[in-house]
Amino acid sequence: MRVKKLTKSYDGKNVVNGVDFEIPKGKVLSLIGPNGAGKSTVMGMISRLIASDTGVVEFQGKNIQQWKSRELSKRLAILTQSNNIQMKLTVRELVNFGRFPYSGSHLTEEDEVIVEKAIAYMELTQMQNQFIDELSGGQRQRAYIAMVIAQDTEYVLLDEPTNNLDIYHSTKMMQIVRRLCDELGKTVILVLHEINYAAFYSDYICAFVNGKIAKFGTVEEVMTKENLSQIYNVDFEIMKIEGKPLSIYY
Amino acid sequence: MLEINIADLLRGDSSQWEIFFISRLPRLLAILCTGIGMSVAGLIMQQLCMNKFVSPTTGATISSAQFGILLALVFMPVSTIWSRAIFSVVCAVLGTWVFVWFIQRIPFKDPVMVPLVGIMFGNVIGGITSYIAYKYEMTQAISSWLTGSFSTIIRGRYEIVWLTLPLVVFAFLFANHFNIVGLGKDFSKNLGVNYNVTLFLGLTITAMITASVVVVVGSISYIGLIVPNLIAMFKGDKIRGTLIDTALFGALFVLVCDMIGRIVITPYELPIELIAGVVGSLIFIAMLIYRLNYGRRAIRIKSKRKSMEGSVA
Repeated sequence: MRVKKLTKSYDGKNVVNGVDFEIPKGKVLSLIGPNGAGKSTVMGMISRLIASDTGVVEFQGKNIQQWKSRELSKRLAILTQSNNIQMKLTVRELVNFGRFPYSGSHLTEEDEVIVEKAIAYMELTQMQNQFIDELSGGQRQRAYIAMVIAQDTEYVLLDEPTNNLDIYHSTKMMQIVRRLCDELGKTVILVLHEINYAAFYSDYICAFVNGKIAKFGTVEEVMTKENLSQIYNVDFEIMKIEGKPLSIYY
Repeated sequence: MLEINIADLLRGDSSQWEIFFISRLPRLLAILCTGIGMSVAGLIMQQLCMNKFVSPTTGATISSAQFGILLALVFMPVSTIWSRAIFSVVCAVLGTWVFVWFIQRIPFKDPVMVPLVGIMFGNVIGGITSYIAYKYEMTQAISSWLTGSFSTIIRGRYEIVWLTLPLVVFAFLFANHFNIVGLGKDFSKNLGVNYNVTLFLGLTITAMITASVVVVVGSISYIGLIVPNLIAMFKGDKIRGTLIDTALFGALFVLVCDMIGRIVITPYELPIELIAGVVGSLIFIAMLIYRLNYGRRAIRIKSKRKSMEGSVA
């Protein structure tokens, strides 16, 4: 998957400006940066939810906007924050929708098995018949992830998956992200606000400032004092914990 | 009112059978189709608009359908029921589209704003309808479509209402699509469902159902609002799982309202719109009070055996 010279403006304001990078396969990539840096917009364009003004996102050698939506949804899943959580669906019913790109409304026995596994993987078997609007934020997020797992895509895109979760559930969520990559072999792309989660749980980091890539590289390469101070415009210290660079800002 | 009784029917009294087929059976079928149609239309509309307070009444569909009937009466004075139906369907579809197009462009902080806007929009259309009706001296003619009533249902003049049934079946086939669209634009796109096409297909179905009821029976409020919400409190929002219950309960609701309307002041009858309005608003208030006390928690029906064991213990 390759991103080529993407630009996007809203009301004449350049939000994304010439963004160009290659998404490493089978790894976790985090998009970070201050508010308004364009990371969510880039995510939107990678996931075809937003059309770019110029430039293309090339997915398996073909412009992502030219893919058939149904075909793409078997290969790439995106989870955004804007889900309607007012809806009274059970966990099971929600996860079933993950099979929609494959079987439409008629789930096969194979689909049922995949759904079952996805629910078990997210440890939701006990509550699979509960309504998602009656679950806690962390459980509901896991239900959505279970749907994405059932969707069985090579690429998983998560837009701020730790948003509105407390420390415990955020950390659990990041561990799940890691497992999606390590155990299920998926390529995961995240938009994250918390840079230490990005540093600890991802392989690569792409940092945005003012609609441009400020830094792209492995965690080690990006997580330096100089880089982060430049990106966020505050003072940083870097320390190593379990061999991984974590930052302190003040 | 003509009396018919089962004994005479069984004896094969031909005049009794004639009344039965000309008036009684059509009335029953119209009641059932109305109940099924209006409640399913409300269900689909609520899902598509992601708002529990939207219904053919609060989404300007009914008033648009009435506007269409008036246009037919004004421009085609010798209009048949079919031409009225076509005008009504076209207007209902357009009115609903405009309403949804409008509410999608304005982000409302409070979900209650959506039906309020719908009611205002409906009243604007209703106002235009009244004005035109007044100007062309049609107020008398249009009044039978403004208040829903089953008293004029006879064979040969109500069959359009049957259209609701194939439309409901059609809605059932696309139930999962509507559910997915109800979960949001990004959510639909992620699953490869075309949001706009599904949305407008769904709205068109609901508008067609509504129009085919309005052109035969007249306006009936509340059913499309209450029945889907009541069923969802017990069974959730998965349309495949609730559509049949919603349809059956809607039919039952209208049937009971009709019976009440015929009993209260026998031998005369009250229009269904009045009874449905009174009963409906009472249920609606009860539902709001329940919501205030218990939140959005679903009502779980305990199995009979369990509750019996409980009482023994």
